[in-house]
Amino acid sequence: MRIASRLLALALPCLLSFGALAQGKVVKIGVLNDQSGLYADLGGQGSVTAAKMAAEEFGNKVAGMPIEVVFADHQNKPDVGSGIATKWIDVDGVDVIVDVPNSGVALAIAKIAADKNKVFIDSGAATSDLTGKACTPNTVHWTYDTWALANGTGKEVVKAGGDTWFFLTADYAFGKALERDTTAVVVANGGKVLGTVLHPLNTTDFSSFLLQAQASKAKIIGLANAGGDTINSIKAASEFGIVQGGQKLAGLLVFITDVHALGLKAANGLQLTSAFYWDRDDKTRAWAKKFAARFGGKMPSMVQAGVYAGVLHYLKAVQALKSDDDGKAVVAKMKALPTDDPAFGKGTIRADGRKIHPMYLYEVKKPSESKGPWDYYKLIKEIPADQAFRPLDKGECPLVTAAKK
Amino acid sequence: MTTVFGVPIQALFSQLLVGLINGSFYALLSLGLAIIFGLLNVINFCHGALYMLGALVAFLMLEHLGIGYWPALIISPVVVGLLGMAIERTMLKRLQGLDPLYGLLLTFGLALVIQGVALNFFGVSGEPYDIPAQLTGGKNLGFMFLPNYRAWVVLASVLLCALTWFVTERTRLGSYLRAATENPVLVQAFGINVPRLITITYGLGVALAAFAGVMAAPIYRVSPLMGADLIIVVFAVVVIGGMGSILGSIVTGFGLGVIEGLTKVFYPEASNTVVFVIMALVLLAKPAGLFGRTA
Repeated sequence: MRIASRLLALALPCLLSFGALAQGKVVKIGVLNDQSGLYADLGGQGSVTAAKMAAEEFGNKVAGMPIEVVFADHQNKPDVGSGIATKWIDVDGVDVIVDVPNSGVALAIAKIAADKNKVFIDSGAATSDLTGKACTPNTVHWTYDTWALANGTGKEVVKAGGDTWFFLTADYAFGKALERDTTAVVVANGGKVLGTVLHPLNTTDFSSFLLQAQASKAKIIGLANAGGDTINSIKAASEFGIVQGGQKLAGLLVFITDVHALGLKAANGLQLTSAFYWDRDDKTRAWAKKFAARFGGKMPSMVQAGVYAGVLHYLKAVQALKSDDDGKAVVAKMKALPTDDPAFGKGTIRADGRKIHPMYLYEVKKPSESKGPWDYYKLIKEIPADQAFRPLDKGECPLVTAAKK
Repeated sequence: MTTVFGVPIQALFSQLLVGLINGSFYALLSLGLAIIFGLLNVINFCHGALYMLGALVAFLMLEHLGIGYWPALIISPVVVGLLGMAIERTMLKRLQGLDPLYGLLLTFGLALVIQGVALNFFGVSGEPYDIPAQLTGGKNLGFMFLPNYRAWVVLASVLLCALTWFVTERTRLGSYLRAATENPVLVQAFGINVPRLITITYGLGVALAAFAGVMAAPIYRVSPLMGADLIIVVFAVVVIGGMGSILGSIVTGFGLGVIEGLTKVFYPEASNTVVFVIMALVLLAKPAGLFGRTA
């Protein structure tokens, strides 16, 4: 009996992987993100829904192959994420990995996708290194990045007179990249950075850090963090009278789900840069309402919109190629085809993998200006597509520099 | 300005105070854990989930019944306390006399269930809960701006800790409790209903957690993960203080809050880990914890 079960245990994985090989002709989309932690609301199951919506627009079939969407929780741990990605590709036959918030995990996945020649379409992660030093011919970075955020919020704030900064920075790849890119913008526009404090990811109490920021006497406290960390910083800041004391907060990465959790009372007046807002035009409204109808009435975040648009464009490329086997070829096709979707409008994907579209500077409405739940932003400025992202030659992406030589 | 290791003394004062505020939560939570462990010999892993439930009940009462913060501060612990008693009566009771590991597994499972259900309905970002109108604003103490609400948190938790200590150490009920911890069979022989005593104790310990949850709701937000984020640290506090020691959990709760606060000034990157480093050191030197009795 024991021997038999052991034999079975040995044989089972072989059978399974054989099954995967035999399938072959399924386009498998793996949504890899934070399903349960501090970034779960801005991506999570919403991203899975978004990917499924894109697949359904193709009738769940592309170039004769059925489309399947799977998902997993990387728990914000690069090792967990790498493990899932490797198993997905080697055993389960996943062709494209999408979303992957958390820059630490995303950088690991980019490498795996390139090594195994699959496609990686990132929407949730922020680090501009994905299309810079760490760019690969298999990566597309869809929604936003730290450079775009710094260029949006950072530049505007310095122009409005906020020329001395103190950073609260999440202590990992993302926070550091955001701080680095924002510092560059602040300095380039004549501002000065007075200090930084690195806080651990997923901190509940920010009062200590905010007191240090207060003591620095900087005009602007830059929040180089995201999700739950941003929410907690803003709440503590309003409690400790930071804003009444004459200092201003600059949320460098704020999602609509964060604003929803904070409530307009705590968040109003906050300026933020976003690639997508559901109430921007007729097309975004129509798509977002379809999304909300399937997702408990919640409007999509820019990350979820990016997953939808990215998957849609991926499927277009697969359709054009009639194959999803060669990841590099699919990404090359994605770069060659112009993009067009209801969430981001018309755009392109650059040689370094950067998706190009306009970015928008918004301000959070006062409670009196809002007509109800999810009516949160008013537009301050549109940053045109050609200025929204880091110039191609400034990113040190080996793909670009190699092409030049 | 006077400085200590390059940090202005005023900044240091404010950090000490902030540490004390966080310490209040550690103390309240570890106190409940210590009481429960002392009498039931149960490592109550669902303490964090019940703390979250306390905040959630307060939020739901405000949303659906219009019941504000002050009544919630009483009602929510009562509701969660009753739930705790039900858990004790229907589940934990069956594990009596078994290895504490079984209780740990059961309560850990319960924590996952409670948290999972809450996550399903509310998502991770959670919901905002406003500071009660009487306690908004704050005072400028010269070296820092102290929000009134945080001052209230420290005050309330010190009072509650003192009250709990008084009840267990100086009243008849407390003496029964302590006696039942030492020798339940003998106490029962004297005509005291020990099973009921156990149920009440568990309810009280859980109610303390819910009380802390309601107090935390306006500072953070009502989020399904708020308990999970805190519970590991609180367990470290209990271990450092000595399992089951009431005074130990109060003192170490506040003490570790302060130490954590200071770490945030001198080396913020380590502020999440400093508690565990201390735990490791204490366990090396004094395996029963600072205030624990060696068996």
